[in-house]
Amino acid sequence: MATLPTEFADLEPFSDWCLEFERERYAKRLSSSMDEMQAFYDAAFPRLEAIIEYLDRFDLNALPEDASHLLWLSYSLVNVSFPIEVWRQPRVPDSGAASMDVIVEPAV
Amino acid sequence: MPHFPKPAEGSWTAHYPQLGTAPVSYEDSISPAYFEREREAIFARSWLNVGRVEQLPRKGSYFSKELDAARTSVVIVRGTDDEVRAFHNICRHRGNKLVWQDYPGEETAGVCRQFTCKYHGWRYSLEGDLTFVQQEGEFFDLDKADYGLAPVRCEVWEGFIFVNLDKSDSTPLRDYLGELARGIEGYPFGEMTQVYKYRAEVGSNWKLFIDAFTEFYHAPVLHARQAVSAEAQKLQGFGYEALHYAIDGPHGMVSSWGGMSPPKDLNMVKPIERVLHSGLFGPWEAPIEIDELPPGLNPARAPQWGEDSFLFFPNFMILIWKPNWYLTYHYWPTAYNKHIFEGTLYFVPPRDVRERLGQELAAVTFKEYALQDGNTLEATQTMLESRAVTQFPLGDQEILLRHLHHVTHEWVDDYEKAH
Repeated sequence: MATLPTEFADLEPFSDWCLEFERERYAKRLSSSMDEMQAFYDAAFPRLEAIIEYLDRFDLNALPEDASHLLWLSYSLVNVSFPIEVWRQPRVPDSGAASMDVIVEPAV
Repeated sequence: MPHFPKPAEGSWTAHYPQLGTAPVSYEDSISPAYFEREREAIFARSWLNVGRVEQLPRKGSYFSKELDAARTSVVIVRGTDDEVRAFHNICRHRGNKLVWQDYPGEETAGVCRQFTCKYHGWRYSLEGDLTFVQQEGEFFDLDKADYGLAPVRCEVWEGFIFVNLDKSDSTPLRDYLGELARGIEGYPFGEMTQVYKYRAEVGSNWKLFIDAFTEFYHAPVLHARQAVSAEAQKLQGFGYEALHYAIDGPHGMVSSWGGMSPPKDLNMVKPIERVLHSGLFGPWEAPIEIDELPPGLNPARAPQWGEDSFLFFPNFMILIWKPNWYLTYHYWPTAYNKHIFEGTLYFVPPRDVRERLGQELAAVTFKEYALQDGNTLEATQTMLESRAVTQFPLGDQEILLRHLHHVTHEWVDDYEKAH
């Protein structure tokens, strides 16, 4: 189980969103209910500024493990912002069975 | 009344009279036989972008590229002399594919000192010379010098690696790419090395997806829900007008305004964009200063400028955005009604988490839009194939589609006349 910096212990219930790769984040989004994502968004979105401030104390390429988890959680927040803020559903509307895979993504 | 000036002829389309203004047929996108003609006339004889030099960081770096439309696979490699070369991905001994892992149809990349065929262990240098034959004494009058890898013409423009399978075509790459490419030479592509690459199998003809990405007439409608609703209504009311279009030979470009980066009013954009200062148009703040943009960017010199899209025929697009990042699109046909789409985003490596998250939001937003675009195409392909309707009107903001289909016909006809 991923562990977050103590300053962000309030987000610990959502640590299953600490996912390193886009493929995992997108899969979790598609398999989550809107209620689950809304709860995550409502907890994490108001903390986003604080997360950025906290993480920017470190060198992006030398983050401690718990800070990396927090960064991955932020990537998940970015991903679920679409179902929550725009689509009101997990999938892109009218996207049917279409899929688009990440084949290269940044290491950090 | 147009918001942005059009050429003296009254429309962009009339400015290029060879295009005409009549309704068009998409028979070229729904006919298996026509795709067979395109393979020979277009994909086997034009310059195809297969990647960038950053994918070959050192001597011995290589990657393979499947070129289904031209019925081959190529391997691109940086030699011990630092030259970038391309070869047909085939062993000279019995025809096995030389470079692949696990699945012969999947692309691969890596670093090596030499290429060794999995089948009988024949080896080739990074420059393509046959250097080792297993049990060489068993062969008859075999001179290794006669069995090097089959070379493919390969040239690099601004860090973009192109191949051309036509041995007889002597047009150098830079001449082929023409004026539009010359106009963006000097752009700092090489500084934008933070890469996101997406790949999708799309159930449509390759040209139909290019059509979708060379007009923005669809954007205020298809993507209406991407903006907050009051803003979306306003955008639909305005519709879409480009700042400028240009056509040079088989290539074309469209120049667009960039209202969202940054937005005039924060209420226009969704909450996460307000925090991360980023969105579809990319991060709002440019990461580097560019003293003077190359002259081919923002050709209308419009203060509202936000983005230029270039289509280099047949299947390569570059989109350059005002906040100093760029995107490429590739459309690799695999059948008359299928292709592989690749969208690649290139950013200046982020200096901190704020920049990193801004790039993440731009990349995630790209995927949301592209999924909408891609699925619409499958719906278009199947209905075009019904042939219930065979003639379709195109507006002035769709000039680049008209041009793409026009050029496709020209290439196919010219090739067939000559052969």
